[in-house]
Amino acid sequence: MNDTENPTENHSANSQHGHSPFLAHHFSSHRQQYEAGKLGMWIFLLTEILLFGGLFCAYAVFRANRPEIFLWAHRFLDKPLGALNTAVLITSSLTMALAVRSAQLDRPRRSAFFLVLTLLCATAFLGVKYVEYKHKWEDGLLWVRQFRPVESAAVSGEAGAADQRPRHAGIFFSIYFAMTGLHAIHVLAGMAAVGWVLVRTLRGHFNSQYFGPVDYVGLYWHLVDLIWIYLFPLFYLIH
Amino acid sequence: MGCISTTILIAAAVLAGADLQRDSFWLPPPASSTAPVVDNAFLLLLGVSAFFFALIVVLGLWFVVRYRRRPGQGPEHSPSHNTALELLWTAIPLAIVALLFYQGFTGYMELRTPPKQAYEIEVVARKWSWLFSYPNGHKDENLHVPVDRPVRLVMRSEDVIHGLFIPAMRVQMDIVPGRYTRTWFRALKPGEYNLVCSQYCGTKHFDMRALVIVHPPGEFENWLADAARAAESLSPVDRGRELYRINGCWSCHSIDGTAGTGPTLKGIFGQQVQFQDGTSAVVDENYIRESILDPQAKVVRGYQPVMNTYRGVLTDEEISALIAFIKSLQ
Amino acid sequence: MTEPSAINYLTYPRGLRSWLLTLDHKRIGVMYLASVALALVLGLIFALLMRTELIAPGRTIMGEDTYNRVFTVHGAVMIFLVVIPVIPAVLGNFCLPLMLGAKDVAFPRLNLASLYLWWVGALFFLITLAFGGLDTGWTFYTPYSTTTNTNVLAAVTGVFILGFSSIFTALNFIVSIHTLRPPGMTWRRLPLFLWGLYATGLIQVLATPVLGVTLLLLAVERILGLGIFDSSLGGDPVLFQHFFWFYAHPAVYIVILPGMGIISEVIPVFSRKPIFGYRFIAYSSVAIALIGFLVWGHHMFVAGQSVLASTIFSALTFAVAIPSAVKVFNWLATMYKGSIELAAPMVYALVFLFLFGIGGLTGLFLGTLSVNVPLHNTHFVVAHFHYVIVGGAVMAMLAGLHYWWPKMFGRMYNQTWARLSALLIFVAFNMTFFPLFIMGGRGLVRRYYDYSVFLETNPEFTFYNQLASVGGYLLVAGFVSMALCLISSLWRGRPAPANPWGAPGLEWQSSSPPPPENPPPPVQVGDPYDFSEALLPSGT
Repeated sequence: MNDTENPTENHSANSQHGHSPFLAHHFSSHRQQYEAGKLGMWIFLLTEILLFGGLFCAYAVFRANRPEIFLWAHRFLDKPLGALNTAVLITSSLTMALAVRSAQLDRPRRSAFFLVLTLLCATAFLGVKYVEYKHKWEDGLLWVRQFRPVESAAVSGEAGAADQRPRHAGIFFSIYFAMTGLHAIHVLAGMAAVGWVLVRTLRGHFNSQYFGPVDYVGLYWHLVDLIWIYLFPLFYLIH
Repeated sequence: MGCISTTILIAAAVLAGADLQRDSFWLPPPASSTAPVVDNAFLLLLGVSAFFFALIVVLGLWFVVRYRRRPGQGPEHSPSHNTALELLWTAIPLAIVALLFYQGFTGYMELRTPPKQAYEIEVVARKWSWLFSYPNGHKDENLHVPVDRPVRLVMRSEDVIHGLFIPAMRVQMDIVPGRYTRTWFRALKPGEYNLVCSQYCGTKHFDMRALVIVHPPGEFENWLADAARAAESLSPVDRGRELYRINGCWSCHSIDGTAGTGPTLKGIFGQQVQFQDGTSAVVDENYIRESILDPQAKVVRGYQPVMNTYRGVLTDEEISALIAFIKSLQ
Repeated sequence: MTEPSAINYLTYPRGLRSWLLTLDHKRIGVMYLASVALALVLGLIFALLMRTELIAPGRTIMGEDTYNRVFTVHGAVMIFLVVIPVIPAVLGNFCLPLMLGAKDVAFPRLNLASLYLWWVGALFFLITLAFGGLDTGWTFYTPYSTTTNTNVLAAVTGVFILGFSSIFTALNFIVSIHTLRPPGMTWRRLPLFLWGLYATGLIQVLATPVLGVTLLLLAVERILGLGIFDSSLGGDPVLFQHFFWFYAHPAVYIVILPGMGIISEVIPVFSRKPIFGYRFIAYSSVAIALIGFLVWGHHMFVAGQSVLASTIFSALTFAVAIPSAVKVFNWLATMYKGSIELAAPMVYALVFLFLFGIGGLTGLFLGTLSVNVPLHNTHFVVAHFHYVIVGGAVMAMLAGLHYWWPKMFGRMYNQTWARLSALLIFVAFNMTFFPLFIMGGRGLVRRYYDYSVFLETNPEFTFYNQLASVGGYLLVAGFVSMALCLISSLWRGRPAPANPWGAPGLEWQSSSPPPPENPPPPVQVGDPYDFSEALLPSGT
């Protein structure tokens, strides 16, 4: 009745009806389905922006009220690693866009290739984050209740300065972990989505008439990248 | 139509509760200098609301009766839009709410702007009692103020958000931990008024109350001096009793044997008590001291671990006085 | 057509699996109806427990800690499980595709996922009740909520999940209205119920994520000691309030806007004339949705917020009142020179006008800066929001339920019984909640287990509380009567014709109940309020 992905009911894989078997029953055309899906994904992205927006707001409030915390604490972040991650994610957005384009152009093998590259970039991103988090853990630079910096805490490019530590300095790391942590969860979710689209690509589901899901996952992935592009300067590049 | 307007106006007047009286049906008798500006805004709102409400009800009922379905007959023809009318009934309410906003704003400015020469009293709120500190160092569980003099309250909380609310004075302000909040009022007549907690704060939120005692002219200073002197010359037991009162211990620990949020203090000294972890001990000076400074350490079985610490609040001398007082409750 | 066809969306396909795995919006709407009704029963039980405790000063049936848990869960269940989802998930799901002449919503599987998420969220609420309870108030203010030892984690998890249920429904409706309209149905020919759902969807999509991140932070604060909202760790409790109310104020417009949409459908049909001021009503819905995002600080006039901020919030609060007033005038103008039939849906619409009138006007009191000071956190506020939520949205829901019931279930219910139930609800509601205005104005603080501290100065509080408690019991009796009237119609009621009320909307084109597959739209889609063809109620 309302099957969307099951091509057996009224259609065969090589459809004579002139449309891909993946046209949902309640849509009158591929175009309508694609427009609906696209609008739906944009609205979902809007909700994600609002979700992170709350955290950006918290960042703004604390930075405005306690600027000395941010000035003191940001030096403990590893700028080179952060920059590397930024480059990695931007690259992954490029590969994702190329994957979408390949799907549109009826080139599933190229599409799959770029999707795999995207996943590799994402894995690299998470790997670097793991290294960063590990350093913070070892240095005791965690959120407020667990904020116990060790004497030898490494500061990016300078010697550590534990003596001038402002009160409640751990707040910086609270916000840092909350935002980068939530972002990392979204990277994971994005990887799952990319993986699913990869499987469907390998099964030959997509063609120039029906490539919506690749497009939508691409949009999501670009947002995940964009959020990081804001996070990086806000945390790593404070003056 | 004249019939309708008359009905509406009468209904409005009735509902507005005859605002010619000083004491309104809707609000407590005003007891502060800023109460009238609040009450006048309230009555204005009441009049406006009563008018529009009566309008809606009368028109609604009128239409239902006058235009009820008659068998075989459809509705008379009438337009389904009228832009001029729409703009009119947008503009008029807009003007009215602008007036209401202005009234509210000017009154609020008064409520939040204490006069320069206000008498300052510090307020500490904690679960579930009040402590008022006066300029001469005296601390009291009630808020004493001189009549006809602006009093400014500087307030802080020791635990969660509380709210200071004196209905008769039209005073309300939240007390937020981690910062100071302020409010003020000038009492108009001597008497006693309720001061309650208005921001939900747990178990005894409903019982966190103090009195506002407004002293007649000239008497406040006498009371303050007497109160401070009385505190100095007390025996340890009496001093302990006073500390028991003003630090709010009474809100959880009775002295007459009744169990409350915490165990009763009557007869507790020297008793063997069981703790939540199964161990037990005799209640001696050390246990009482520990329970005041670190209340979650050994909680008596059958009670919740909700007591706040008094570390930094009570001095060692005060704790000794409390112990003396508790010992006396056999 | 006098007999409902044996094959309709309720009877075919058969089997439990076909219901639990359905993608049919009509079945999903019906399952939501049953689910939300159960949650309502739970919420009403808590309400009766509260009113029983308050019928006399001092302890009546429970201790203070229990009472604090009961009022908290009453609020949380009613808000998150009942009034926020009810109209969109039940009537919206059922009617929207039919009103659009569409086969289903844009994303049927997402729709089913919304329902599953509601169930999971409800499960977390049950877990909260069973393990530790919740005593923070439905507003979760910090630092009380970060330090209390009740089961805050299970509760906020449940609310977080319910937020997604809400977002997915909204997303579905917005996309459906954009992409599935039939040819000829321009935005200016969209039924007003759909305008209402659209505006509501905008709010759900923009506001709910903020609740999500707020509760996420609250949970992390409790588990890890994040330190953003807890002052002892350097955080700011007032920041929590800003975050919370940024969602929770627009949330009340999520509650009322669909209800207003229903009223805009019912009054024209039972006055047999087009809605007056279609455009103003449509645009006012969007205006309320947008301005509603700018007023959250009116919950914080005495929270230690700056005078400047409070002033701006007060001014905007008055601004948001205007579109609602415009709607009320337009509804009355619709009745003017109409041909009014007081069937049950219309009775509920009139009850709505009366009660929402009081509720909305008392909102002006609370938006007025100086008057807010003595009324904040008193029972005046409690009365206000019950008048707008129950007297407004719930009455509108009942109007809609009684209006579309014959379409949904193919049965007519007993009009006399339905109208008497409405009358009982109306009288009992006022009896329960009007005394709260009086007591609140005189200083009775809310969330008080016992009002004894006030009895010396206000001995009348005992009487008013007794009145309210008796009213509460009568109100529940009214709801029970209303429910029995509708439920019993399922087997006793006369079979319903396709269009029992002679209404012009597309949803009345199908049979009652509709077939499993929705009928296609007509070639020419007309004005949804065109009564010129003098559609007489069919099958009478």
